[in-house]
Amino acid sequence: MEHGSSKDLTASTFSLADEDHTLANSVRFTLNQDPRVTFCGYSIPHPSDARVNIRVQTTGDPAKEVLKDALQDLMIMCQHVRSTFDNAVAEFRTSKTVEDMKIK
Amino acid sequence: MPRVSALDLPDVPKGHLPPHLELQRTRVLCASDAPTHTETIQYSGAYASVGVDNSLRLDQFCRDFRVEVIRLTEDDMEFDMVGIDPSLANAFRRILIAEVPTMAIEKVLIANNTSVVQDEVLAHRLGLIPIKVDPRLFEYMSENDTPNEKNTIVFKLHVKCKIKGPRLTVKSDELKWLSNGSELPLEMESHTSDPASKQKTYTAFTCSQVSLPEFSNNPIAPKHQDIIIAKLGPGQEIELEAHAVKGMGKTHAKWSPVSTAWYRMLPEVVLLQEVEDEMAEELVKKCPVNVFDIEDVGKGKKRATVARSRACTLCRECIRGEDWEKRVALRRVKDHFIFTIESTGALPPEVLFTEAVKILEDKCERVITELS
Ligand code: SF4
Repeated sequence: MEHGSSKDLTASTFSLADEDHTLANSVRFTLNQDPRVTFCGYSIPHPSDARVNIRVQTTGDPAKEVLKDALQDLMIMCQHVRSTFDNAVAEFRTSKTVEDMKIK
Repeated sequence: MPRVSALDLPDVPKGHLPPHLELQRTRVLCASDAPTHTETIQYSGAYASVGVDNSLRLDQFCRDFRVEVIRLTEDDMEFDMVGIDPSLANAFRRILIAEVPTMAIEKVLIANNTSVVQDEVLAHRLGLIPIKVDPRLFEYMSENDTPNEKNTIVFKLHVKCKIKGPRLTVKSDELKWLSNGSELPLEMESHTSDPASKQKTYTAFTCSQVSLPEFSNNPIAPKHQDIIIAKLGPGQEIELEAHAVKGMGKTHAKWSPVSTAWYRMLPEVVLLQEVEDEMAEELVKKCPVNVFDIEDVGKGKKRATVARSRACTLCRECIRGEDWEKRVALRRVKDHFIFTIESTGALPPEVLFTEAVKILEDKCERVITELS
């Protein structure tokens, strides 16, 4: 859900249901790292509501697009983390088996 | 830091941060009173005035991000994650604890319980027993679903302590998997349905779970066989059926797939000046985890060196006392995480981590589709 003025698309608050610090804090990071963002922050209006509000203000691009790009960036980072992690585990396993063979 | 006029500061080449800012950006400084510079500098334009771009470049992230596995066993692992922001590391940790699903006992149908453990306490204890089964093979059961072979695992427990026998300890190995579903008949149906048809039970399995290829060779059972459930005195009996369903740790901790998942930032111990002779001996003695070593520099001189900074617990013993803070600096590397995952046994730890990352991806995808 997006709350913002219909004339000025560069500043909006996005209200995400069923999300918490996990996503909001990560996406705040990727948003802050985007040079098009002048301000961003998030808040959880009430602790017993599963809802988080993310505020995005930009230098000129529509806030929605910038948020979408930030989420996209986050996704790419996750994919990279996953593949790097899998490689590291595979590498650890092969080095382990080589070690075990040496002992025998 | 001593105050200096801005005009007296040395020129810094454009595109590089001056060393003190670089230190504040990448390290937490742990002084004797409190840690400083604990925040991460996230804003892309934070260093714009010195001509340094702090924005995220994905290619740079992909180049610098590194993972190194330190230890990996059946149910715990430790690995180093370098080059990532704490917000992401923390997201992974939070997801591991609260959002990676597992199977746990949710409903307990008690036919008989004459033990001293009350029904509700018994049910709670059963709920906390980790079950060794891959939760990805099951579906969530929502309120209106009937329990079937895709969303429920049924266990039976029937133990009786003999009269005049010794007391009996009931352990988790008494939980027997019922691959055909519940054996308890649904009562209200019994009069109306004709006697020839199969008696309806609390579950509606269309086939036995043993016939499913996933389970034919590895039967479902509690992860540990020796968890004490209750103790029975002579003549006491427990007869019950336990239904396990899929759930998440944020609903109840029994569904959490990890006993703990945590990280710490890599400690960095730096000697700011040479520490020699008696002073070196004293420093080595100060540290309870032996971070420092002594090195011979010839001519009978000895010097302290930092040998095992990773072991440092940041107890700050080494910077206590007169002037020690000038000799030793304790820091933490802001983007180097020593991540530890202890699985409860449903899935191996490395699988749990990849699942957690996938869940964060799914969250992003969900919001992107919602916005478009
Ligand atoms: S902070 Fe404690 S553990 Fe770390 S180096 Fe100093 S004395 Fe050793």
